[in-house]
Amino acid sequence: MADTQQKEVHVNEDFSLNFGPQHPAAHGVLRLVLDMDGEVIKRADPHIGLLHRGTEKLIENKTYVQALPYFDRFDYVSMMCQEHVWCLATEKLLGIEIPRRASYIRVLYSELTRIMNHLLWLGTHALDVGAMSMFLYCFKDRETIMDFYEEVSGARMHANYFRPGGVSKDLPKGLKTKIAEFIKDYDDKIDEFETILTNNPIWKQRTVDIGVVSAEEAIDMGFSGPMIRGSGLAWDLRKAQPYEVYDELEFDIPVGKNGDSYDRYLVRMEEMRQSVRLVKQCLEKMPKGAVKTQNFKVSPPKRDEMKSSMESMIHHFKYFTEGFHVPEGEVYVAVEAPKGETGVYLVSKGGPKPYRAKVRAPGFAHLQGLDKMSRGHMLADVVTIIGTQDIVFGEIDR
Amino acid sequence: MDLQQILNLPEVQLILPVLQTVISILLMIFPLIICVAYLTYAERKVIGYMQLRVGPNRVGPFGLLQPFADALKLMFKEIALPKKSNKVVFLIAPLMVFVPAFLAWAVIPVNGNGALANINLGVLYLLAVSSLGVYGILMAGWASNSKYAFLAAVRSGAQMVSYEVSMGLTILSVILMAGSMNLSEIVLAQKDMWYAIPAFPMFVIFIISILAETNRAPFDLPEAEAELVAGYNVEYSSMPFALFFLGEYANMILMSAMAVLLFLGGWLPPVDVAWLNWIPGFVWFVVKVCAILFIFLWARAALPRFRYDQLMRLGWKVFLPFSLIWLVLTAFVLKFMS
Repeated sequence: MADTQQKEVHVNEDFSLNFGPQHPAAHGVLRLVLDMDGEVIKRADPHIGLLHRGTEKLIENKTYVQALPYFDRFDYVSMMCQEHVWCLATEKLLGIEIPRRASYIRVLYSELTRIMNHLLWLGTHALDVGAMSMFLYCFKDRETIMDFYEEVSGARMHANYFRPGGVSKDLPKGLKTKIAEFIKDYDDKIDEFETILTNNPIWKQRTVDIGVVSAEEAIDMGFSGPMIRGSGLAWDLRKAQPYEVYDELEFDIPVGKNGDSYDRYLVRMEEMRQSVRLVKQCLEKMPKGAVKTQNFKVSPPKRDEMKSSMESMIHHFKYFTEGFHVPEGEVYVAVEAPKGETGVYLVSKGGPKPYRAKVRAPGFAHLQGLDKMSRGHMLADVVTIIGTQDIVFGEIDR
Repeated sequence: MDLQQILNLPEVQLILPVLQTVISILLMIFPLIICVAYLTYAERKVIGYMQLRVGPNRVGPFGLLQPFADALKLMFKEIALPKKSNKVVFLIAPLMVFVPAFLAWAVIPVNGNGALANINLGVLYLLAVSSLGVYGILMAGWASNSKYAFLAAVRSGAQMVSYEVSMGLTILSVILMAGSMNLSEIVLAQKDMWYAIPAFPMFVIFIISILAETNRAPFDLPEAEAELVAGYNVEYSSMPFALFFLGEYANMILMSAMAVLLFLGGWLPPVDVAWLNWIPGFVWFVVKVCAILFIFLWARAALPRFRYDQLMRLGWKVFLPFSLIWLVLTAFVLKFMS
């Protein structure tokens, strides 16, 4: 370099590169300090905390309903799955059941969210590896799914749609046919995506044997989701401890073999297909009925009842001001979010506000494996590995 | 004094030929710069349609004025000099990329009338000048004093040098077939059959090599956005930055022109029949160059990027031996068959 020439020459000094936080491939605000020998990575040191918003602490001062929108903003590309885990935790503490229609709507939207998340992952991962067009193809479909978000909640991203006790509103008229139409031929669309990448020799060169994680390592490092399934373990919370109506629906868990980036790519592509299956089944089997629990202590009463019924009026007032009281207890609930096991450890000391809420983000565990996965690889592979981990900083920094 | 007298003055007699040369150079360079401008437009449009969007369409009809808007914008930007850079080298570097890309056009014959300088060692001149561009990139990377730029410059240097080798060998086999190093004669030797047909593997290697030589996708490692942010030009702004881009795109056109001259029969029509010969040679030349340029753009929209070591392996372990063997084969065939 121009100026260091005059200084004394250090022999074998590592080249250290500050990768991010303002870097197009850092997926947000990852600051990665890379010690390199030429182009080969000797150590990768991820620094986190640049997106820390203190959400867990903020939740302690909010009612259970007010805390919900924060969950949209953890993993901000798979919003409703995060809402889901909070709703399930709250419901478990309250000890309430939700109507079956609400369950189906939740599963429907969880799976749409999974497709949406995997589309974003596929687009950015391919873009990082250099296949630019993939990004735009994926985003086009992602927009359509965001439209479904908008129809149901009014917001395209941070929906705030799932609520403790069900979902906030029923599906609007005609939405089911729109979703059915979108999902009908979506398998073909996924095949089309695959024609660009799956057998592309350059794509294979860039992903096969990159960032290999064995099954034992994956367990040791606390991986979950596609990261552990890519290594050959069929671990999926939707099957392992079914929540909502997943035990009534048919789907398979795709697993990889070698635990490299290519296998994880295939796993995620297959997961999208399985999600398509699930969405179709949900649309088919969805029963009629209420979409939130009829216990109006924990869910808002009907609007027209409020006009005539004093009790409804009081329920409404209490629900939206003080919030509902949750019995004392502690609970850990996890769902299979698109990125892996997203859990929340919720402690209630009674009263309308949680005592403590600790979120278990899958990305946090994955990121700690980055050093191990990228050692000995080249700089370009670090980008592939960040992509294959599907990292989002909202959930890691919280 | 009337005009005739003025023209006969000894001073004027001295200046006139120089003036004539300068004008003919300008006549070559200005259309070329316009071509470069519209290549950027074509790239954005073509890739846009390949990616289900429309590309620029706001500035002028169909966005046709977009390149000029971009150029104006870049001109009005501030030239930011990094504090720790070597300022002189930093500013010379873009020129070192820009100038050779245009210099090479002196020997490119665009129609039967020959080139600006119809020299007998045209091919060698082309090789020599086009390999000068790498110095500009190395200088830019070094002088920026930034780690990303430095890494990119190292990559770029290695890449351009390695692919020049196999490119040189493919060109050698063409020279053997044509028996001349003069570009016009190489084209005329293809009157019956374009060299792309008998030497098809060489043509493919040449096309891939020029993708690598011009640092275009899928070999765009030096400016791999995802890894090196923007590569060797990461610290540049304003006109120096624009010069890099002008150089890169001029190089793309140059390399396409080379491919057309060496393998696709230059300005000659595909088959030597009368009604195809009515179309001027220049038109044939432009159409063919556009076809090759389309491959550049297509590759960028469709393919992922190679990794540095894979690129080197491809260059040295696949292309180099193959083109060497082909060269020897060509020599044998020419010696014993004809």
